[in-house]
Amino acid sequence: MKRTNDSRARNHAAYWAFLMHRVSGLALALFLPVHFWALGQAIKGTAALDGFLQFADQPLFKFAEWGLVVLLSLHMMCGVRLLLIEFRPWTGLRKNWITGAVGFSLATGMAFGLALIR
Amino acid sequence: MTHAETKRQLWYVQRISAMVLACCVVAHLAIMIYAVRGGLSGAEILARTQGSWLFGAFYAVFVLGCAAHVPIGVTNIAEEWFGVRGFKSTLIAQLFTWGILILGLRAVWGVIAS
Repeated sequence: MKRTNDSRARNHAAYWAFLMHRVSGLALALFLPVHFWALGQAIKGTAALDGFLQFADQPLFKFAEWGLVVLLSLHMMCGVRLLLIEFRPWTGLRKNWITGAVGFSLATGMAFGLALIR
Repeated sequence: MTHAETKRQLWYVQRISAMVLACCVVAHLAIMIYAVRGGLSGAEILARTQGSWLFGAFYAVFVLGCAAHVPIGVTNIAEEWFGVRGFKSTLIAQLFTWGILILGLRAVWGVIAS
Protein backbone atom coordinates (compact mmCIF):
# COMPACT_ATOMS: atom_id res chain seq x y z
CA MET A 1 0.00 0.00 0.00
CA LYS A 2 1.29 3.40 -0.90
CA ARG A 3 1.66 5.57 2.14
CA THR A 4 0.82 9.20 1.81
CA ASN A 5 2.97 11.94 3.21
CA ASP A 6 0.26 12.71 5.74
CA SER A 7 0.22 9.27 7.33
CA ARG A 8 4.03 9.24 7.58
CA ALA A 9 4.06 12.68 9.14
CA ARG A 10 1.41 11.60 11.64
CA ASN A 11 2.76 8.18 12.52
CA HIS A 12 5.36 9.79 14.72
CA ALA A 13 5.96 10.50 18.41
CA ALA A 14 6.20 14.25 17.74
CA TYR A 15 2.78 14.24 16.09
CA TRP A 16 1.30 12.47 19.11
CA ALA A 17 2.98 15.07 21.33
CA PHE A 18 1.36 17.82 19.22
CA LEU A 19 -2.02 16.10 19.47
CA MET A 20 -1.77 15.56 23.26
CA HIS A 21 -0.74 19.19 23.71
CA ARG A 22 -3.57 20.50 21.56
CA VAL A 23 -6.41 18.32 22.86
CA SER A 24 -5.38 18.84 26.50
CA GLY A 25 -5.17 22.60 25.87
CA LEU A 26 -8.64 22.68 24.36
CA ALA A 27 -10.13 20.69 27.25
CA LEU A 28 -8.46 22.98 29.79
CA ALA A 29 -9.63 26.10 27.92
CA LEU A 30 -13.24 24.88 28.05
CA PHE A 31 -12.96 23.88 31.71
CA LEU A 32 -11.35 27.12 32.90
CA PRO A 33 -14.44 29.39 32.80
CA VAL A 34 -16.45 26.76 34.73
CA HIS A 35 -13.63 26.42 37.29
CA PHE A 36 -13.50 30.20 37.80
CA TRP A 37 -17.27 30.46 37.99
CA ALA A 38 -17.32 27.75 40.69
CA LEU A 39 -14.59 29.44 42.77
CA GLY A 40 -16.37 32.77 42.26
CA GLN A 41 -19.22 31.37 44.39
CA ALA A 42 -17.01 32.34 47.35
CA ILE A 43 -18.13 35.95 46.79
CA LYS A 44 -21.56 34.90 48.08
CA GLY A 45 -19.98 33.34 51.17
CA THR A 46 -18.70 30.01 52.47
CA ALA A 47 -22.15 28.38 52.25
CA ALA A 48 -22.43 29.05 48.51
CA LEU A 49 -18.95 27.63 47.90
CA ASP A 50 -19.77 24.59 50.05
CA GLY A 51 -23.00 24.13 48.11
CA PHE A 52 -21.06 23.74 44.89
CA LEU A 53 -18.39 21.53 46.49
CA GLN A 54 -21.06 19.19 47.84
CA PHE A 55 -22.74 19.07 44.44
CA ALA A 56 -19.35 18.18 42.87
CA ASP A 57 -18.59 15.55 45.51
CA GLN A 58 -19.62 12.55 43.40
CA PRO A 59 -17.60 9.93 41.51
CA LEU A 60 -18.16 11.36 38.01
CA PHE A 61 -16.97 14.83 39.05
CA LYS A 62 -14.01 13.37 40.95
CA PHE A 63 -12.99 11.37 37.89
CA ALA A 64 -13.28 14.47 35.66
CA GLU A 65 -11.26 16.44 38.22
CA TRP A 66 -8.59 13.76 38.18
CA GLY A 67 -8.58 13.76 34.36
CA LEU A 68 -8.12 17.53 34.29
CA VAL A 69 -5.16 17.31 36.67
CA VAL A 70 -3.57 14.73 34.33
CA LEU A 71 -4.31 16.94 31.30
CA LEU A 72 -2.92 20.03 33.04
CA SER A 73 0.40 18.34 33.84
CA LEU A 74 0.53 16.83 30.34
CA HIS A 75 -0.15 20.20 28.70
CA MET A 76 2.53 21.86 30.80
CA MET A 77 5.17 19.23 29.98
CA CYS A 78 4.37 19.28 26.24
CA GLY A 79 4.59 23.09 26.36
CA VAL A 80 7.93 23.07 28.17
CA ARG A 81 9.22 20.70 25.47
CA LEU A 82 8.28 23.25 22.80
CA LEU A 83 9.88 26.09 24.76
CA LEU A 84 13.11 24.09 25.10
CA ILE A 85 13.20 23.29 21.38
CA GLU A 86 12.40 26.88 20.41
CA PHE A 87 14.46 28.85 22.92
CA ARG A 88 17.36 26.57 23.88
CA PRO A 89 20.13 25.40 21.57
CA TRP A 90 18.56 21.94 21.36
CA THR A 91 18.03 20.05 18.15
CA GLY A 92 15.76 17.12 17.28
CA LEU A 93 12.30 16.17 18.41
CA ARG A 94 13.20 15.38 22.05
CA LYS A 95 11.38 12.07 22.09
CA ASN A 96 12.67 11.39 25.59
CA TRP A 97 10.87 14.52 26.72
CA ILE A 98 7.63 13.22 25.19
CA THR A 99 8.00 9.99 27.18
CA GLY A 100 8.87 12.06 30.25
CA ALA A 101 5.77 14.20 29.74
CA VAL A 102 3.50 11.13 29.74
CA GLY A 103 5.34 9.72 32.75
CA PHE A 104 5.14 12.99 34.68
CA SER A 105 1.42 13.39 34.05
CA LEU A 106 0.73 9.79 35.08
CA ALA A 107 2.80 10.27 38.25
CA THR A 108 0.91 13.50 39.01
CA GLY A 109 -2.34 11.65 38.34
CA MET A 110 -1.36 8.91 40.80
CA ALA A 111 -0.34 11.43 43.48
CA PHE A 112 -3.59 13.35 43.03
CA GLY A 113 -5.62 10.12 42.95
CA LEU A 114 -4.04 8.92 46.18
CA ALA A 115 -4.64 12.32 47.82
CA LEU A 116 -8.25 12.17 46.61
CA ILE A 117 -8.98 8.81 48.23
CA ARG A 118 -6.95 9.87 51.32
CA MET B 1 -0.22 46.00 11.32
CA THR B 2 -0.07 43.12 8.85
CA HIS B 3 -1.62 39.75 9.62
CA ALA B 4 1.84 38.15 9.69
CA GLU B 5 3.14 40.76 12.14
CA THR B 6 0.12 40.23 14.43
CA LYS B 7 0.70 36.45 14.33
CA ARG B 8 4.39 36.98 15.12
CA GLN B 9 3.54 39.07 18.17
CA LEU B 10 0.89 36.60 19.33
CA TRP B 11 3.47 33.81 19.01
CA TYR B 12 5.70 35.68 21.50
CA VAL B 13 2.80 36.45 23.85
CA GLN B 14 1.87 32.75 23.86
CA ARG B 15 5.46 31.64 24.58
CA ILE B 16 6.21 34.24 27.26
CA SER B 17 2.88 33.60 29.00
CA ALA B 18 3.68 29.85 28.77
CA MET B 19 6.94 30.42 30.67
CA VAL B 20 5.04 32.17 33.49
CA LEU B 21 2.22 29.60 33.43
CA ALA B 22 4.63 26.62 33.62
CA CYS B 23 5.84 27.95 37.01
CA CYS B 24 2.26 28.63 38.14
CA VAL B 25 1.10 25.14 37.08
CA VAL B 26 3.84 23.38 39.06
CA ALA B 27 2.82 25.34 42.18
CA HIS B 28 -0.90 24.78 41.46
CA LEU B 29 -0.43 21.00 41.08
CA ALA B 30 1.44 20.84 44.39
CA ILE B 31 -1.21 22.96 46.17
CA MET B 32 -4.04 20.83 44.72
CA ILE B 33 -2.49 17.53 45.76
CA TYR B 34 -1.99 18.98 49.24
CA ALA B 35 -5.46 20.57 49.40
CA VAL B 36 -7.65 17.62 48.33
CA ARG B 37 -6.40 15.33 51.10
CA GLY B 38 -9.30 14.61 53.41
CA GLY B 39 -11.81 16.19 51.03
CA LEU B 40 -12.48 19.79 50.05
CA SER B 41 -14.53 22.20 52.10
CA GLY B 42 -15.30 25.85 51.54
CA ALA B 43 -14.15 26.78 55.04
CA GLU B 44 -10.83 24.97 54.56
CA ILE B 45 -10.16 26.67 51.20
CA LEU B 46 -11.09 30.12 52.46
CA ALA B 47 -9.10 29.72 55.69
CA ARG B 48 -6.03 29.20 53.53
CA THR B 49 -6.67 31.99 51.05
CA GLN B 50 -8.67 34.79 52.73
CA GLY B 51 -6.52 37.82 53.44
CA SER B 52 -3.44 36.15 51.97
CA TRP B 53 -1.93 38.64 49.55
CA LEU B 54 0.68 36.06 48.59
CA PHE B 55 -2.05 33.70 47.33
CA GLY B 56 -3.87 36.70 45.85
CA ALA B 57 -0.84 37.87 43.86
CA PHE B 58 -0.04 34.31 42.76
CA TYR B 59 -3.55 33.59 41.47
CA ALA B 60 -3.89 37.04 39.88
CA VAL B 61 -0.70 36.40 37.89
CA PHE B 62 -2.04 32.92 37.05
CA VAL B 63 -5.31 34.39 35.74
CA LEU B 64 -3.51 37.12 33.73
CA GLY B 65 -1.24 34.45 32.22
CA CYS B 66 -4.29 32.33 31.26
CA ALA B 67 -6.10 35.35 29.78
CA ALA B 68 -3.08 35.99 27.54
CA HIS B 69 -2.31 32.34 26.71
CA VAL B 70 -5.65 30.57 26.25
CA PRO B 71 -7.31 32.81 23.59
CA ILE B 72 -4.27 32.48 21.28
CA GLY B 73 -4.32 28.68 21.47
CA VAL B 74 -8.10 28.41 21.11
CA THR B 75 -8.07 30.77 18.11
CA ASN B 76 -5.27 28.76 16.47
CA ILE B 77 -7.31 25.56 16.90
CA ALA B 78 -10.45 27.24 15.58
CA GLU B 79 -8.57 28.51 12.52
CA GLU B 80 -6.54 25.37 11.77
CA TRP B 81 -9.07 22.66 12.59
CA PHE B 82 -12.42 24.33 11.99
CA GLY B 83 -11.56 26.85 9.27
CA VAL B 84 -12.79 29.82 11.32
CA ARG B 85 -11.57 33.13 9.88
CA GLY B 86 -11.78 36.90 10.26
CA PHE B 87 -14.44 38.36 12.54
CA LYS B 88 -15.48 34.99 14.05
CA SER B 89 -11.88 34.24 14.95
CA THR B 90 -11.48 37.65 16.65
CA LEU B 91 -14.78 37.13 18.45
CA ILE B 92 -13.62 33.79 19.88
CA ALA B 93 -10.35 35.38 21.06
CA GLN B 94 -12.17 38.31 22.69
CA LEU B 95 -14.72 36.02 24.32
CA PHE B 96 -12.02 33.86 25.93
CA THR B 97 -9.84 36.85 26.92
CA TRP B 98 -12.61 38.75 28.68
CA GLY B 99 -14.36 35.63 29.98
CA ILE B 100 -11.20 34.34 31.65
CA LEU B 101 -10.16 37.78 32.87
CA ILE B 102 -13.52 38.68 34.43
CA LEU B 103 -14.44 35.25 35.83
CA GLY B 104 -10.83 34.59 36.91
CA LEU B 105 -10.28 37.87 38.76
CA ARG B 106 -13.77 37.55 40.27
CA ALA B 107 -12.78 34.10 41.59
CA VAL B 108 -9.50 35.48 42.99
CA TRP B 109 -11.41 38.31 44.67
CA GLY B 110 -13.90 35.76 46.00
CA VAL B 111 -11.36 33.52 47.71
CA ILE B 112 -8.98 36.28 48.88
CA ALA B 113 -10.92 39.41 49.74
CA SER B 114 -14.60 38.58 50.25
